[in-house]
Order: sequence, then C-alpha cells, then structure tokens
Amino acid sequence: MPESILNGLFFYVLAVVILGGAIMTITRRNAVHSAIWLVVTLMGVAGLYLHLNAEFLAAVQILVYIGGIMVLFLFVIMLVNLDEAAKQRQFNRQWSLALICTLVVLVEFGFFLMRGAGSFAFAEPGQGALKPNTELMAVALFQDYLLPFEIASLLLLVAILGAVLMAKKEI
Amino acid sequence: MTELPFSFPPSIEPFVLPALYIVILVAVFPLIAGYIVLLERKVMADIQVRLGPMRVGPHGLLQPIADAVKLLIKEDIIPAKADRMVFWLAPVISVVTALVALSLVPFSKYFFVADTNVGLLFLLSITSVGILGIILGGWSSNSHYPLLGALRSTAQLVSYEVALGFALIGGLMVAGTLSMQQMVHAQLEQQMWFIFYQPVAFVIYFIAALAETNRTPFDMPEAESEIVAGYHTEYSGFRFALYFLAEYANMVVVSSIAVTLFLGGWLRPFPNVRLLDFLNYAPILAMFVLAFFVFLGASRERRPIDKMGLAGLGAVCALIGLLFLVPAVLDWVQGLFWFVLKVFLVLYTFIWIRFTVPRYRYDQLMRIGWRWLIPLAMANVIVTAIVMILF
Repeated sequence: MPESILNGLFFYVLAVVILGGAIMTITRRNAVHSAIWLVVTLMGVAGLYLHLNAEFLAAVQILVYIGGIMVLFLFVIMLVNLDEAAKQRQFNRQWSLALICTLVVLVEFGFFLMRGAGSFAFAEPGQGALKPNTELMAVALFQDYLLPFEIASLLLLVAILGAVLMAKKEI
Repeated sequence: MTELPFSFPPSIEPFVLPALYIVILVAVFPLIAGYIVLLERKVMADIQVRLGPMRVGPHGLLQPIADAVKLLIKEDIIPAKADRMVFWLAPVISVVTALVALSLVPFSKYFFVADTNVGLLFLLSITSVGILGIILGGWSSNSHYPLLGALRSTAQLVSYEVALGFALIGGLMVAGTLSMQQMVHAQLEQQMWFIFYQPVAFVIYFIAALAETNRTPFDMPEAESEIVAGYHTEYSGFRFALYFLAEYANMVVVSSIAVTLFLGGWLRPFPNVRLLDFLNYAPILAMFVLAFFVFLGASRERRPIDKMGLAGLGAVCALIGLLFLVPAVLDWVQGLFWFVLKVFLVLYTFIWIRFTVPRYRYDQLMRIGWRWLIPLAMANVIVTAIVMILF
C-alpha cells in the first residue's frame, strides 16, 4: 500500500476515534463511563502525535493525561454519589445560544474549506526547537526558553500551595 | 537483526520479525507467568519450611497447568449489580497494557519487538494506563472491598510513581538515552553497570517497584487479611486469571526495567574482560547442569510415570544444551540467557521480600513514599547532576 494512503487512513481512523470518544464522553449519563470515553479520546490524540513523529509528546500525553489526570479524575468520581448525579438533568436549556455559536463555527469551517489550504499561513518550524527529539526538547526547555519554563513552574507551585491551603483546615 | 534464510517483500520485511516475537511473547508468557507462580509457591514453602505443591507431576511441576485449567473451566460470575461493560473491560485493560509493555523490553541484542527513542518513557506511560484496570475493576464490582482496594491502589500508585520516576531519572542521566537497547550499549561502553554509579536510585526504584506491582510489604490494594482480596474480590474464573496474568507481567516488566537500566541488561558480567570469555559458554553449562539435576531427581522418584516425566525433561534439557553448542545458536541465546537469569534473580528477591517483611500500615506507606523516597530521589538527581558537571 502506498505511504500516502496509509497516512491518510491512520489520520481518519484516529479522527474517528477522537471525535467518537468525545461525543460519547459528553452523552454518557454515568460519570465513570464518560471518563472511560475521555481516556479513549486522549489515546487518540496520543496516536495523532505519534502519527506526526512526536514520540516524546505522545508518551508524555499518555503518562500525564491518562496515567495521571484521568486516574485522579476516577479517584474523585468514585467518591461521588453517582446515583444522585444520574438523576440530574444532563444538558442545560441554552440550546438556542449553542446553536448560533455552532452555526458561526460551521460557516467559518465552510469558508476555509472553500478557500483551501492557501488561506492558512503556517509558521515556519523554529530552529530545532520544535523537532520531536527528546534531547532537542530538553535543550529548548532548559536552555532556549528557560525563563518562561521557570515562570510556568512557579505558577504551578503557587497553584499547588493554594490548593493545599484551601484543603487544610488548620495551618 | 538476524539474517533470515528467505526474504520477504521490502514493504513488510521490517514487520516480520517483530510480529513473530509478539506471537512468541503472547503465546509463551502465560506459561512463564504460571511457572513464576509455582516458583513463588515453592520459595514461600521453602521459607516456611514445608514442601509446597508436590502432587501434580513430579515436584508439582505440572501445578501451573492444573491451576490454569481450573481457572478456565470455573463458573464466570458477574455480580448482579455490577456495571457489566466496565466489569468486562477492566481486566482486559490490565492484561493488554501489561503485554504491550513487554514489547518494549530488550530481552537480548536480537530478541526485542520494538526499540523506540522514547522507550523507557513509553514503558512508564503504558504501565500507568494499567492502573485504570485496577481502578475500574474495583469500582465496577459495586461492592465495598473492591472499591476500598481500588482507592488504596490509586493513592499508592500515584504516590510511588513520582519516586519511581525520579529514581529512573538518576539512571537515565548516566545512560544519556531513553532507548532500552541504547541503555545496555551505554553500560557496555562505560564498562560499568549503572547500579554502581546509581546505588541510591536502584534502591529507591526497587522499593517503588514493589509498591507499583502491589507486592508485600506494599500490598494494601489486595491485603487478604484486611479487605478480602482488594480490587479483584468479585472476579472469578477467567477474568481473575487475566488479573493474575497482568500482575505477573507487570512484575516481569518492572524487573526488566531494573535489569536493563541498572544491572547491565543482556550483557554478561564483565563483558570487557577477555579473561572471562569462558562465561559465554555459561548457557551450555547451565543446560547440562540442569539436565544432570533432573536426571538425579528422576532416579529418586518412586512412581514410574514421574520417573519417565523427569527423565524426559532431563533429555530435553540435554538436547537444548547440545543445540547451544552450535555457535550461531549460542550467540543468539547468549543475551537472552543472561537477561532472563537477572530478571529471575530480581523476581526471586521480590518473592523473598514478600515472605519475610510484614505489610505496612496505610499511613506508614504514605510517609515512606512522600517523606523519604521522593526527597531522597530528588536529592539523588541533584547530586548526580552536580557530579556529572564537575567531573
């Protein structure tokens, strides 16, 4: 099979997985089922990263989102009374507003599909920094963009401290 | 890659050997897991001064087969109020992730399914997905003890994954690569197993690995004396067997990571010392010694069927030993022999610890993880970095 067809096939299969998973995530009544479908979606995204030769990003996507965040999600969901949540109304009544927003997005998509790829200006990949290589990633994070990286980590630290402060009754 | 005697079309050629290895792994691993269980029961019996399984086959050697058949033909019970879909899915997640993780293990220079440039990271991420199987299994049973087991397991795994990761970073800094094969080559080039550069990291990794695989003294998620069987209390028959398989596959995977990163992978001891080249013939010797002991055992058996069985096993061992005399075969088996030997030594230590150390209390577990292992692992990374910059 030619390479291009295989590439396209992978992309469409992954797209179906991601979109299907996302739709199932928001339509399930049971929160645990939603979480499982969200895992499927995140797996699909990791697959897309792999498809784009970003192995590091794919591995980190699975490690952080599925192995970390989704596990904590499930941990919390298990402590919640699901029967009560299932009785509540699943969707709110603002569908008219939502419809307008969706229509606008649809028109945008249609416009760009008509114009074709020429209407997008793709940024040139930076010098090495965007290559999916682990070493290059490390160089980018810890040398080229050290200050933004440290600022982000400081922000996270502040967020953690805030969470601890709110969770703890006496300090 | 070994040369194949016949050729495939170039478009599928790179996939042939890995596909073959996958089939071998999936087909053979359940059997190996069964025999690890037998090993565990025998070692336990030895530590507790008794004989262990002795009835099925000579010295209980066929016990795993009997266990497997029993599990497969047992009634499959799904609790009435369980979430059937999730109940069905959970053990599958556990088994699939555990077996996929095996595909990244470098069993030898030739025998591996995949060697990616993010190998170790990918292994960690796959095993972290395996936690979902435990959590979902515990939740979907709709029963108290499994839920408690699942909650404990989540908290424990999330806590110890941090220490595990930091311990591995220490080893990775010395290796300078995430690829599992390159790690072994790095140890060959630096002429040193990384356990000697990173003893602290190895100890932390080992403790965290015990916790990750739910082994005593960290077996809170399935503590029999507290919560029946933890997350798989409601599972029976085949589904239970799947959980069991996943657990032992995970044990093999964490031992393999320890062996690959810290204990020289498939290298023989002192691979650079010419004087010790005779160690290359160790697989042959091992097979013949094994054959000798099996024949010795056969001569001591009373029942003729046991005698015949053991003699047959001895003959197979001797034949394999003869096969290893062919240089090409020996070269192929070389790495595999040392790798499996090291993995089983690590597994033996796991089992040994299980039957000598009592279980920790939950708060003790958390204290060890957060107050000791994680700070120690971080300090190890910092010290390693400073030493590497200075020298």
